[in-house]
Amino acid sequence: MEIFGDPAQWLPLTFAALMGVSILIYVVLDGFDLGVGVLFPFASEEDKDIMVASIGPFWDANETWLVLAVGLLLVAFPAAHGQILTALYLPVAIMLIGLILRGVAFEFRVKAPLPWKKTWNFAFFAGSLMTSLAQGFMLGKYIMGLENGTTHWIFACLTAVFLTIGYSCIGAAWLILKTSEHLQHKAVGWAKGGIWGLVLGMATVSMASPMVSDRIWDKWFSIPEIFLLAPLPVMSIALVVMLWLSLRHLPTKDDNFAWVPFAATISLFVLAFFGLAYSFYPYVVPEKLTIYEAASAPESLFIILIGTVVVLPMIAGYTALAYTIFRGKARHLTYD
Amino acid sequence: MDTLILSRIQFGANISFHILFPTITIALGWVLLFFKLRWSTTGDLKWREAYQFWVKVFALSFAMGVVSGITMSFQFGTNWPGFMETVGNIAGPLLAYEVLTAFFLEAVFLGIMLFGWSRVPRWLHTMATFLVAFGTSMSAFWIIVLNSWMHTPVGFEMREGVAFATDWFAIIFNPSMPYRLTHMLLASGLTVSFLVAGLSAFRWIIGDRSEAVRAAMRTGLFLGAFLIPVQIVAGDFHGLNTLEHQPAKIAAMEGNWETSSNVPLLLFALPDQDARENRFEVAIPNMASIILKHKAEGVVPGLNDFVAEDGTVLHPPVAKVFWSFRVMVGTGFAMLFLSWAAVFLMWRRGGVEGLPKPLLYALVPMAFSGWVATLAGWYTTEIGRQPWLVHGVLSTKQAVADVPAAYVGVTLTAYLSIYALLLASYIAVLFYLARKSATGDIPRPSSPLAGQALPGQIPAE
Ligand code: HDD
Ligand code: HEM
Ligand code: HEM
Repeated sequence: MEIFGDPAQWLPLTFAALMGVSILIYVVLDGFDLGVGVLFPFASEEDKDIMVASIGPFWDANETWLVLAVGLLLVAFPAAHGQILTALYLPVAIMLIGLILRGVAFEFRVKAPLPWKKTWNFAFFAGSLMTSLAQGFMLGKYIMGLENGTTHWIFACLTAVFLTIGYSCIGAAWLILKTSEHLQHKAVGWAKGGIWGLVLGMATVSMASPMVSDRIWDKWFSIPEIFLLAPLPVMSIALVVMLWLSLRHLPTKDDNFAWVPFAATISLFVLAFFGLAYSFYPYVVPEKLTIYEAASAPESLFIILIGTVVVLPMIAGYTALAYTIFRGKARHLTYD
Repeated sequence: MDTLILSRIQFGANISFHILFPTITIALGWVLLFFKLRWSTTGDLKWREAYQFWVKVFALSFAMGVVSGITMSFQFGTNWPGFMETVGNIAGPLLAYEVLTAFFLEAVFLGIMLFGWSRVPRWLHTMATFLVAFGTSMSAFWIIVLNSWMHTPVGFEMREGVAFATDWFAIIFNPSMPYRLTHMLLASGLTVSFLVAGLSAFRWIIGDRSEAVRAAMRTGLFLGAFLIPVQIVAGDFHGLNTLEHQPAKIAAMEGNWETSSNVPLLLFALPDQDARENRFEVAIPNMASIILKHKAEGVVPGLNDFVAEDGTVLHPPVAKVFWSFRVMVGTGFAMLFLSWAAVFLMWRRGGVEGLPKPLLYALVPMAFSGWVATLAGWYTTEIGRQPWLVHGVLSTKQAVADVPAAYVGVTLTAYLSIYALLLASYIAVLFYLARKSATGDIPRPSSPLAGQALPGQIPAE
């Protein structure tokens, strides 16, 4: 435990962990509301209103985790922040434009004159799709060490598609939880259709990342690591099976187990995340810059840490309050 | 065009678009809380109706603010990596505190405030409204702290070209922060007063005589009439503070080339930076000296003091600062005149009925006067800081990212077209909502689905 004696050691690690957790929370939370947007073209006009109602009270807070994650990258690892974001300049811009379109569409689709509603519904879908694809693309680029080249590009396009399908899967799982009757029925179908995206996505990433770097290969495939890490893939497979089985039996009559697909997809995202985090540690810019090299001054990190430790539990508290208030099946959103 | 100039235009465009909406949400949150409290204490339905109309405007503005704000938070990395690398130790914690103490608060309670009216106890809903208003003001606080620090940096030391914080208290309460924060919060209050008054005037003109529209109109006009003199005084103090810390900026605002006493106040002029003189001056003698030094013989700094031996210009571009400043002050005096005239007439002629038509018609375009003055003010402030990014510490040139100019060109074009579309939609929808409420097509608050676009509602023509 002597690393705690040296703030230059444990502060970067703590901040890497905090940043990782916010990215994970972001991917899960905004993943489901982006997924709902991606599923929009498959839904009827009335269903769309309910789908939006199921995420309306939450989306803004969900996106705030992205702001926190970027903020932490920026404050804790300023050198890496610049390198990563300039390397991903265009996909970031596409993501931002997507986020703009879908964010304002939430409001415009119900406030603009009725004939415009279709247009804004489309903007909502298009924005969600752009955002998801751009995020998947960035993930792929990152795994490929932020290098340019045709193979890297193809790989990034693949992860873009898989992450988008993964989001639609968790979005569908959310809808299973939050809706009833025919929409729930449809959502079960959508979730079934999305599983392969999750599976293929996780498989490609797991196979590709050890191939890109010997370091990652050694971290996974030497003894004893390979045995210690075996539970990760085993659990993933178990979760996929569980997800599939639950979807075959849903929707149930008394709505039991509607939460299972959502819980299972979340768990899959969490596992995938830990796999990636394990592969990339201690690098923040893959194979170029470690968290220790990129960290900013301990004094500054310390100031932020204090704030974070005090405020995060409060944020968790009132987020829980919001999810409690809007628990249960989604109802039409009204201001009164 | 190179990456530097494109990045500057892109950053300027993004933040200009962003600030339009915070300016509304910061003060509108408090106005909504006022409506809500009036409704709770008096039980008068008009307050509830006013709340329910303006909460829609709030929700729409908030969404615009959030999405453009997310864009802002990425800009530092994508376009100005040098900024974070040099002053990240100071900017970072301030931004982090903004996210932690403001963004989460407003984002989470916004959901409850918007959709919780009938789901949560009344006190909790009022509380949520309060927390959203509080959150937006907190976020203004933190970002203004950072921005002010960029103008008047203190409490740090440079080691190997990187700034390290030495005194957080000094950083947060840096010399220009109290002035800038006050001026900005007042600007937000004024923007909202005139927005409320302007849209209410619009509803009145098309025939809405409801109690709610009267209540909102009175609230807007009284608030505006009260805040504008305060703002003018605050602006004056702000200028004195700037004189102390950024004299080059004041010289540009005044269009004054030579340091001297008895400097006139220019009402009109075309500053010519190449010839280093003004054309077509219209001036009030001694007035600039009197405003800035409180006596006619007061010495006011001149721009020629800020040119290096080798001819390098170390002061900001003069004409832009000079004119932005005049637009802001001019709008301020238009606000003063209009709101006082309106309050006077309401007092003498018995309420909103007493307002003459021309005045009502003038109020409608004034709905957006706050935007004009706010943008002009920020342009004065920010362009007046050039060529520095952090005054005396980091120049704008040093901070720019190493991305191809073509990339920035593409993204800039994309942002500009989206912003133009969104701005047009936003304004159109504000008037559409006003028209809908005025003509009663909107279900009144008692109906279960108010705020939801229902089939059968009359579409805009
Ligand atoms: C004086 C006020 C002010 C100024 C100068 C700025 N902002 Fe802002 N910002 C706000 C006041 C505000 C706000 C009132 O808090 C907003 C507007 C609507 C909203 O949702 O919150 C907001 C939203 C907002 C959001 C979304 C928050 C969320 O998810 O709820 C981000 C990420 C930023 N801003 C970031 C920035 C950055 C990086 C800025 C400067 C470079 C900036 N803002 C200038
Ligand atoms: C909210 C109202 C604001 C407006 C309208 C505004 C406007 C502008 C404009 C027009 C410029 C360009 C000046 C020039 O290049 O000649 C600029 C520069 C800049 N401002 Fe602001 N600003 C605002 C607030 C802020 C805040 C709060 C920050 C940071 C915390 C900030 C950071 C910067 C930076 C980094 C630049 C340099 C980039 C550039 O020169 O374009 N600004 N701003
Ligand atoms: C009429 C009298 C006014 C005076 C004398 C005045 C003075 C000033 C000064 C000197 C600055 C620049 C400060 C600096 O950067 O050093 C400024 C900035 C600004 N002004 Fe004004 N102002 C007036 C009216 C207004 C009005 C009516 C609004 C908006 C409704 C407004 C909004 C702003 C904003 C948003 C800024 C930029 C932020 C800041 O630096 O505070 N001003 N003002």
